[in-house]
Amino acid sequence: MTVERLLPSAEAYDLLALVREIAADELAPKAAQVEEAAQFPRETFRLLGRSGLLSLPYPEEYGGGAQPYEVYLQMLEELASAWLSVAVGVSVQSLACYPLAVYGTDAQRDRWFAHLLAGDLLGAYCLSEPQAGSDVAAMTTRAMLSDTAEELQGPAYVIDGTKAWTTHGGEADFYTLFARSSPDRTHGISCFLVDATTPGLSFGLPEHKMGLTASTTTQVHWDGVRVPAERRIGAEGAGLRIALSALDSGRLGIAACAVGLAQAALDAAVTYAKERTQFGQSIIDFQGLSFLLADMAAAVQTARSTYLDAARRRDRGLPFTTEAAIAKLVATDAAMKVTTDAVQVLGGYGYTRDFPVERYMREAKVLQIFEGTNQIQRLVIGRALAGSPPGER
Amino acid sequence: MNIVVCVKYVPDATADRTFDPADRTVDRVNVPGVLSELDEHAIEAALQLAESGDAEVTALTVGPAGASDAIKKALQMGVDKGVHVTDDAIHGSDAPATSLVLAKALTKLDETSPVDLVLCGMASTDGGMSVVPAMLAERLGRPQVTFAGSLELSDDRGTLTIRRDGEAATETVEATLPAVVSVTDQANEPRYPSFKGIMAAKKKPVETWSLADLGVAASEVGLAVAWSTVESYAQRPPRQKGTVVTDDGDGGRQLVAFLAEQKFV
Ligand SMILES: Cc1cc2nc3c(=O)[nH]c(=O)nc-3n(C[C@H](O)[C@H](O)[C@H](O)COP(=O)(O)OP(=O)(O)OC[C@H]3O[C@@H](n4cnc5c(N)ncnc54)[C@H](O)[C@@H]3O)c2cc1C
Repeated sequence: MTVERLLPSAEAYDLLALVREIAADELAPKAAQVEEAAQFPRETFRLLGRSGLLSLPYPEEYGGGAQPYEVYLQMLEELASAWLSVAVGVSVQSLACYPLAVYGTDAQRDRWFAHLLAGDLLGAYCLSEPQAGSDVAAMTTRAMLSDTAEELQGPAYVIDGTKAWTTHGGEADFYTLFARSSPDRTHGISCFLVDATTPGLSFGLPEHKMGLTASTTTQVHWDGVRVPAERRIGAEGAGLRIALSALDSGRLGIAACAVGLAQAALDAAVTYAKERTQFGQSIIDFQGLSFLLADMAAAVQTARSTYLDAARRRDRGLPFTTEAAIAKLVATDAAMKVTTDAVQVLGGYGYTRDFPVERYMREAKVLQIFEGTNQIQRLVIGRALAGSPPGER
Repeated sequence: MNIVVCVKYVPDATADRTFDPADRTVDRVNVPGVLSELDEHAIEAALQLAESGDAEVTALTVGPAGASDAIKKALQMGVDKGVHVTDDAIHGSDAPATSLVLAKALTKLDETSPVDLVLCGMASTDGGMSVVPAMLAERLGRPQVTFAGSLELSDDRGTLTIRRDGEAATETVEATLPAVVSVTDQANEPRYPSFKGIMAAKKKPVETWSLADLGVAASEVGLAVAWSTVESYAQRPPRQKGTVVTDDGDGGRQLVAFLAEQKFV
């Protein structure tokens, strides 16, 4: 079902029409099969890149679309309704570009940003480690400023360690990396922009996941990777602040993805409930079932309103950390509940792979986990209520 | 070089298409309209020719107010400018009348800067007649090269060679420019607009012409002078349920009996 949207400009309506066309013709028909085969849909991302959908929220002067979050997120929602792995990929791309966009110097942006946004390059975000998930500051990957004689090309950091759970690991063209440049727990982390072809980078085998199987997730091994100091984004030690600030925006992306997924599940459930008859009538005419659908619709709409409100705050330059955490919490919990209920509406058929709702249910789970688990979102919200600084995620 | 692509605004084939009960013409008001998918192949062909050399591409449409959406889509894909011929008197026009209006509009365009190539889709997805390109060529007195499965321009851009895929044979047909060509859906894969294309389209010029601008009298077009009329129409009957054969040992025999009954074997 086409979601009726209130958009801020005529161009945004045209943009969303394009996104729907691409989603319906290029994403939706492939999703089930490519997810089953667990292949990374690199070509689909190239098409999105050519269409300008990988750079929408970034400035025009670097080749971006200069769209407000209110519009960018609704694009993500539409993509997610057709194919969650692709929408998550676009969100991760935005996350990977964020540090350079916001904390890079003019010189760094001039040098790399247009290149990152030009056409079809894809980014990855290396923050988590095997032993440092919710507790990011427990990271041990080291970035040592090297002063050996071989620094003819200027100073460089040498990176050693292992990053876990990297979306687009092995597939990305660039990696936004967070690594420890000094032992200080929270002020010893720095951020780097690393080209995928840099020697010493290698990748683990893709994780075997319960869902989102077309989105490749791997460990990234950093083995004496030399990164020129000019590729450090922000001050030395500012990495954790940059990472958390990027996640504020990233969480809005995940919230929008969750709403798109929930909308797809709701649509599938409503369509089925109108067609399926039991006891001589359409099951949607049983009040018991229609109330379930009504709750699903209410959850989807509530989640959409919540992320859009946070997005509009962001677009006006207001603080939105708490609102983003609330949006991520509300939207991903809604997606989990709505997709689970969609399986219920389809009964036994919903439990089979002949219908998409069981996949939606498997996919929804990860939304409650990454970019800060929903416990961590509560922690962020709780800290704001207590009046203490946001701190770690 | 000047290329004009004739495009049509048609009811979305994925929506429930219907007729206007008042005059039994295609309902273009209550069904969402789109640029005919088949015309996107003509646009793509024009853009590819333009990219391989210097050319300006114009999209031309004849249709009601909403038809400007077809122009908009063409501009978003990369066409340089648009012309929209619209006039209440055109409502209900058949293929001969439509080709008259298109021919007059093309002649008017030709006067300001000569049109080297006119591209059309292979058919409209609503009328499905496929005859407008041929009629247009006849009216303009230009070579007609229909159902091009591929297009190639000579180096001096004076001759066009197309491949025409038939059931029994494939023909290679050559024509001197200026010519009128219809392009099949096998010729290419139409591009999607990009967001930059969407933004650029807003700044591209679109002219709106009436019949008077073209010197066409209202009495020459419209439902009243159409050569054929729709007498009646009916919804396509819902599809019959398929036959399920349960194999209790004689499944094969049942299948053969079914196929024989349907005269497939
Ligand atoms: C498919 C996928 C893709 C990912 N992509 C990326 C990526 O691209 N880049 C990246 O850097 N990371 C990525 N991640 C990692 C993800 O962000 C982490 O998995 C997540 O932050 C949780 O960390 P963890 O898995 O180590 O769990 P843990 O932190 O060990 O948490 C285990 C449990 O303890 C709870 N818990 C932990 N601390 C607290 C607390 N203080 N209070 C209450 N409960 C707590 C958690 O909520 C959770 O339920 C991805 C993960 C997945 C599954």
